[in-house]
Amino acid sequence: MTSIGAEQQSLARGFRLPELLPWLALCALYVFLPELLPLGTQILVMIIFALSLDLLLGYTGIVTLGHAAYFGVGAYTSGMLAVAGWDGPFTGLAAGATAAAVAGFVMGLVILRTKGLALLMLGMAVTLIFYELANHFPAWTGGADGLQGISVKPIFGLFEFDMYGKVGFAYAALVLLACLLFVRHLVLSPFGRSLVGIRENATRMTAIGVPVQQRKLIAFSIAAGIAGMAGALSAQTNQFVGLNVLSFELSGTVLIVLVLGGAGRLYGAFLGAPIYFAAQDILAKGDPVYWLFWLGLILIVVATFARGGVLGLYGSLMQRFAAQRLRLKRGNP
Amino acid sequence: MASLLSVIVSIVFHGLAYAMVLYVISVGLSLTMGMLNFVNLAHGVFAMAGGYAALWIMKAQGAPFTLALLMSALLVALASIVLERLLYRRLYGAGELDQTLMTIGLIFMATAAAHFAFGPLPQRVDLPPVISGHFFVAGRDFPTYRAFLIAAGCVMFLVLWFGIERTLVGARIRAAVDNRSMAQCVGINTSRLFTTVFALGSGVAGLGGGLGADIIAIAPGYAMEHLIYFLIVVSMGGLGSITGAFVAALILGIGDTACKILIPEVGAFFVYAAVFVVLLIRPAGLFGRTT
Repeated sequence: MTSIGAEQQSLARGFRLPELLPWLALCALYVFLPELLPLGTQILVMIIFALSLDLLLGYTGIVTLGHAAYFGVGAYTSGMLAVAGWDGPFTGLAAGATAAAVAGFVMGLVILRTKGLALLMLGMAVTLIFYELANHFPAWTGGADGLQGISVKPIFGLFEFDMYGKVGFAYAALVLLACLLFVRHLVLSPFGRSLVGIRENATRMTAIGVPVQQRKLIAFSIAAGIAGMAGALSAQTNQFVGLNVLSFELSGTVLIVLVLGGAGRLYGAFLGAPIYFAAQDILAKGDPVYWLFWLGLILIVVATFARGGVLGLYGSLMQRFAAQRLRLKRGNP
Repeated sequence: MASLLSVIVSIVFHGLAYAMVLYVISVGLSLTMGMLNFVNLAHGVFAMAGGYAALWIMKAQGAPFTLALLMSALLVALASIVLERLLYRRLYGAGELDQTLMTIGLIFMATAAAHFAFGPLPQRVDLPPVISGHFFVAGRDFPTYRAFLIAAGCVMFLVLWFGIERTLVGARIRAAVDNRSMAQCVGINTSRLFTTVFALGSGVAGLGGGLGADIIAIAPGYAMEHLIYFLIVVSMGGLGSITGAFVAALILGIGDTACKILIPEVGAFFVYAAVFVVLLIRPAGLFGRTT
């Protein structure tokens, strides 16, 4: 956990060069591999979604298997509004995020009273409740056929969504940048620090006068709001919302994406999402059951041997190098 | 009036049978959760393995139903000891997240393995003729299989209750559930005890999987699809409480059956809402201790 504190300290010193890397990669993708842009947009949506989970899981230490509920609320809200004629892109995002944050707040009131197994169970139950709702009001949500006919106005009134996904990609990247700056600011603020404190030792935080339950609820609502924004973005760029946005699979996927990259690290999601999609592309060839098998194996290996994901491994390697260099300097290798 | 009565009887009867299957499968999870606070989402894997094993033993070896059930429970218990030593043990002190991930990984691998070995379709259950028919009581007919399930579930509850509440091993288990470090201090080998309880719980789950194979179909997605129900039983009953798990299974089984029969459109919705209300009033479950 010390490496995570170190990450926060280095982030707090201001923007560093490595933080530009993901954006350079996105620009390169846009210029050199335009045929990958639709997939790239999906990855961007997943990064935003994983970023919101990171706030909850990585920073506050709340393990949940029901985060898809808020993604789904955001997706359905903006999708249904767009079908009804409210088709501004940014207002749609805001509506999705607001609805999801409100849902997160209400559910969080109950869920956060419990812990461990009960908390996991209630998170899953929330997703199932929303799933049942979406399934039983097909007149509004399209039911099992999915919500179709979503069209969004051009962004800033200038850039219309094209069939090659160029505008969608740029739009998603813009939203990701906004979300990242917000989350970055949040985790470096005193509020964000108190969340980490709650993760490390909730009893002690209570003892020094932090309203733990209230902070958790705020973090939960914010995370739900960002997840809702990711959902709304997915609805706008896919122009479709299916019932699978409220599935356990999606909750599981976002958890795996985050953990592969490294939970509790700001840029974990940026690594986890591409790794996940690439691994899926390679390992799922022909038969999705193979993929399930490999995914299971990856999860077991990550949980038992590689805690902290890719960024965690990198961090511990760096620490080892640093220690070695120190030893060499002292003259006793 | 007579039809209302028959609906009620049918709900209670089918609900009870379902509740017993849920109880037998979930009670082991409640014990291991209470003892070591290990978030074992893969508990359903053992039930699924028990179901596959029992059906395979019956089909391939021609063994009678009860013998096949006992053998499959034993097999699952042995396999769970191997898993406990190889995987679970590494994560005892670890955080909730790592335990969650590892056990979800186990579910995924077990699902894929079941898919490869037995195909994607649910397994056909050939019940022995003794329990596959109906019997008549008070002018009504009841399926014998469900009556058998109810009896088996009650016997299991009584055996477990007696074992935990009235024997020395049970006293040790209760001590470890209550306060593990204290139990260690008075000389109880909690590590070995946990392996025992883990194997017992998994074996009982395996038995439940085989017993309930005709109610909860044995298919590759078993461990994931029904996970929420096992978790509801455990968290609504209260961790580590055998009686709590029994009561919670009764409420869930009868409630779920009633909703599915009376209001099929929104049945599932009500069950989850009820769970919310219970945990809102008692966050530690009905029989759980608030610490």
